[in-house]
Amino acid sequence: MIDVNRRVLPGFRLSLGYTVFYLSLLVLIPLAACFLKATSLTLDQFWATVWTPRARAAYGLTFGASMAAAVIDVVFGVVVAWVLVRYQFPFRRIFDALIDLPLALPTAVAGLVYSSLYVKSGWIGRFLVPLGIQASYSRLAIVLVLTFIGLPFVVRTLQPVLENLELEFEEAAACLGATRGQTFWRVILPALSPAIITGFALAFARALGEYGSVVFVSGNMPFKTEIAPVLIVARLEEFAYGEATAIAVVLLLMSFTMLILINLLERWSKSNVA
Amino acid sequence: MKTNSTATAAWKTFTASVLTIAASIFVGPALISGSAHAGDKSVELLNVSYDPTRELWRDLNAAFIQKYQKEQGTQILSIKQSHGGSSSQARAVIDGLDADVVTLALWPDTDAIRKAGLISEGWEKRFPNNSLPYVSTIVFVVRKGNPNGIKDWPDLIKPGIEIVTPNPKTSGNGKLSFLAAWGSVIQRGGSEQEASDFVTKLYQHTPVLDSGARGATTTFAQKKIGDVHLTWENEARLEIAEAGGELELIFPPVSILAEPPVAVVDANVKRKGTREVAEAYLNFLYTDAGQEIIAKHFYRPTNAEVLKRHADIFPAIKLFPISTVAKDWDEAQRRFFAEGKIFDSIYKP
Repeated sequence: MIDVNRRVLPGFRLSLGYTVFYLSLLVLIPLAACFLKATSLTLDQFWATVWTPRARAAYGLTFGASMAAAVIDVVFGVVVAWVLVRYQFPFRRIFDALIDLPLALPTAVAGLVYSSLYVKSGWIGRFLVPLGIQASYSRLAIVLVLTFIGLPFVVRTLQPVLENLELEFEEAAACLGATRGQTFWRVILPALSPAIITGFALAFARALGEYGSVVFVSGNMPFKTEIAPVLIVARLEEFAYGEATAIAVVLLLMSFTMLILINLLERWSKSNVA
Repeated sequence: MKTNSTATAAWKTFTASVLTIAASIFVGPALISGSAHAGDKSVELLNVSYDPTRELWRDLNAAFIQKYQKEQGTQILSIKQSHGGSSSQARAVIDGLDADVVTLALWPDTDAIRKAGLISEGWEKRFPNNSLPYVSTIVFVVRKGNPNGIKDWPDLIKPGIEIVTPNPKTSGNGKLSFLAAWGSVIQRGGSEQEASDFVTKLYQHTPVLDSGARGATTTFAQKKIGDVHLTWENEARLEIAEAGGELELIFPPVSILAEPPVAVVDANVKRKGTREVAEAYLNFLYTDAGQEIIAKHFYRPTNAEVLKRHADIFPAIKLFPISTVAKDWDEAQRRFFAEGKIFDSIYKP
């Protein structure tokens, strides 16, 4: 007799127990400790730490640059994923493997390489700087590295969806007289949109917490190119644990809200497609 | 019934595995550290230091181990080194990194460990010369031929000069450079207002604030940003040696006296029973042999004779102590670098 309740993983309780244990040990307890540490400050101190003009400028930059980078990643990620899935060309597999490189590379290396390429004596910088484009030690530099580290997330979320997207739909659209533009906007894009939103959310979330690469390319000038994680490190250097975690908590809450919003958006777009 | 019993069995397996994991997490390290002082014949020290001292300690350790083993006969000694940003190293020790001795860049970092209760009061007095086996200072590194004629602090704010120095909020080197600039004005009889104006201008000439000393060195030497780099004397020597004739060292007439103190971490040596060897280790730094190695690595020996012997590499520049700019390091931290204080006021939107 076949047990219909049989699953590949042993027992619901065991799996759930493990899940809760794992999540608590690695995610919930550290996050709770973060909040707990921040409560060592009074509410006034907390507010005075997290809402200075300088901190606000840093949050603005962190979120703005992450958002910009995620948008760029979506645009180029769609193109890259499309080309990799739909076309055959030499060295396709090598290109495909290259996509994951930003994930494997220590991001500090990316930061160093980017900034040395774009300074005025760098390979690319020597052409850009005379045109007045400062692509290192500027906000543009931050967006550039965040785009670099976020790209794999978009491409890797889109690839499987594109692979499953049947060519027949496009053929049907063409038969019904749709132009290429119409096919893209009305047939392909709606099918891709949940994956695009997921990829966007992942790239965005990844960018929010990025520290290693950004400190090397941004120049860390207060009010101009200083991201929020730098503020956290600065407070840690003063042994001000409470203040440092306070800023971390604010970042955490903001990104959590953003992710919830994006999740809702994703659910909405899925239900719209269905 | 059947499912119920499998669930119970599964639950037992689960509990067992959780216990195993927990046991390996909590008991494992105890077993490892237990075996460390099981054999009396071998001792291991951990020296927690800051970033640019890697080579210095490698040489000092080798010399000390040889000397110690000869004196103690059978005892086998090994010394491990740990390097990183000075404050982060202090935090690691506070959070449980098992350091026997700490040799950090700035007094506040060592004192933070005292505040955490791991080092006893009055630690500065336990070794000669306020626990300073060597001192250092902040000097200028410029491009070949010194095209901008930079000789002294006021030259740094001439029109068009770009300065590279790390962020004082995140770097010890950055803090020292800031205080050196401030003190250069005070030391020559300038007022606080003049000092404040000078450093404000100085940071307006700074296009990049790297988060640490090595980052700033890369920015200046490799990426060729800026005209002058403010850095530790020993870092400057390395940077120039590395650059193969592209850079030059300039000694300003006055600069700050950087005092990286050494200390035994009392709580740890007590537990590990390594106090004796840890103290012998730090005392070794004051011997002629130790001081010679220190000089070889471009840290200024505190033994006047050894310093004089190396006068060619350590030109006599006037070094002013931290007391020129503040009562002590705690006050300097509060007054200059704390949130919303002098350094922050330089950057206003």
